[in-house]
Amino acid sequence: MNAEPRVRVEDKLYYNRYLVDVGHPHVKVRAHTTPSPQLLALLKACPARCYELNDEGQVEITVDGCIECGTCRVIAEPTGDIQWSHPRGGYGVLFKFG
Amino acid sequence: MIDERFDAIVVGAGMAGNAAALTMAKGGMKVLQLERGEYPGSKNVQGAILYADMMEKLVPEFREEAPLERHLIEQRFWMMDDRSHVGMHYRSDDFNEERPNRYTIIRAQFDKWFSSKVREAGATVLCETTVTELVRDERERIVGVRTDRRDGEIHADVVVLAEGVNGLLGTRAGLRARPTPDNVALAVKEMHFLPRETIEARFNLKGDEGVVIEAAGTISRGMTGMGFIYANKECISLGIGCLVADFQRTGQTPYGLLDQFKSHPSVAPLIAGSEVKEYSAHLIPEGGYKSIPQLYGEGWVVVGDAAQLNNAIHREGSNLAMTSGRIAAEAIGLVKSRGEPMSATNLSIYKKMLDDSFVIKDLKKYKDLPPLMHTYSQNFFLTYPQLISKAMQNFVRVDGTPKAEKEKATLKSFVKARSWTGLFGDACRFARAWR
Repeated sequence: MNAEPRVRVEDKLYYNRYLVDVGHPHVKVRAHTTPSPQLLALLKACPARCYELNDEGQVEITVDGCIECGTCRVIAEPTGDIQWSHPRGGYGVLFKFG
Repeated sequence: MIDERFDAIVVGAGMAGNAAALTMAKGGMKVLQLERGEYPGSKNVQGAILYADMMEKLVPEFREEAPLERHLIEQRFWMMDDRSHVGMHYRSDDFNEERPNRYTIIRAQFDKWFSSKVREAGATVLCETTVTELVRDERERIVGVRTDRRDGEIHADVVVLAEGVNGLLGTRAGLRARPTPDNVALAVKEMHFLPRETIEARFNLKGDEGVVIEAAGTISRGMTGMGFIYANKECISLGIGCLVADFQRTGQTPYGLLDQFKSHPSVAPLIAGSEVKEYSAHLIPEGGYKSIPQLYGEGWVVVGDAAQLNNAIHREGSNLAMTSGRIAAEAIGLVKSRGEPMSATNLSIYKKMLDDSFVIKDLKKYKDLPPLMHTYSQNFFLTYPQLISKAMQNFVRVDGTPKAEKEKATLKSFVKARSWTGLFGDACRFARAWR
């Protein structure tokens, strides 16, 4: 039971409805060469797995699948690693059930 | 700039915001409510259980009108290890009453209905509008809001911040601190659809009877957390949440925990063959009494999750949200009826009224439990569930071992895992915090 099952988060996000605000990401990662411990924590803590490491070892975000929980804001906004705003009105995740 | 001036602006259309907007509109105030979602409810996530008593105070006839799922006749608590659960179930036909006490609901649907009541009462509800900033006058008083609509500055005598646990306005304006990793939990949830009859058969229900399961133990892998399984009419809400600080510290993934919970031998048969239709996540205020921020100021009040008003022990949040929203609205109504300004001094009556309600009394009662559960999470969420499960198995398995020897073995396993002083200390700490 302790073996981490391989979970495909993309499959989970596929159930959801989104209106993506193309060109206006509501969360931004500050440019960096080496990621802070807070940024690295987001790779695992983000429930939509929006954060990934690129080939240079920097943390990047793709907000399209974001479910707007705010976990990354709580972890990495105090250090200035990310900037968090709400999507513009009407955009982002649109829960059918919630 | 919108020329119209309002008596009050409510930011957010969740439980707290709707309660506040409804109460003020019913009291004859000119109310504007702003919601960033496409419709009220589209950004709101909860398990969800609705508490009838608090809802009745807002919409007495809600049982006839609101989209309710099942009225609860049974509550199960499960303490889980990897292959077992020890359960405490309470089921009573008394709950099949004319005016049931608790219901399961689906928030996006419920909130849409709740909002229709707010409009009927005369409030203006504007959706697809994100409030970006609070507007202050030259004396630093809050006098309105700025939105992401064009020319979006709107003025009012008072702003009710019902912006939820992750509300940005109050923290950006310095009215309260941002939630910290150890005072909020991250919960993830899936909606599992099954035919009505299947749900009723699996949970031993008939008609609109409902059951909820709250689960703790090794499912959170030593982190402070809980799982839940709520039966709706044609779907099951299933989720798990842990403190953000624990996720950060352990590197566990929320979806990994969720899928492991779903595959537990006690859980998997309940959702077998279901179709998942949504995956959501939400923060839950867990800090309790000690993390409640300043609740009012010059031209503003804060209500609901934004004010950390959540009873983590009883898993109650929406009723505290509704009640704080209603009480804030009543306090504002009182100030207005006296023809006085919405100053901090005058609005302090909101806190006095809230202190006298169950909201603050309950949070005060459990003020020491959240830190205790956090500090000793390994013991309370890993060691004890394992020990208790083994003790139960030892108790019920018949294998020719004399009962006295079995009891001795159980006691020994507890002492070995926690030592006499450890056991005594845990019991004292828990009793003291619960009192």
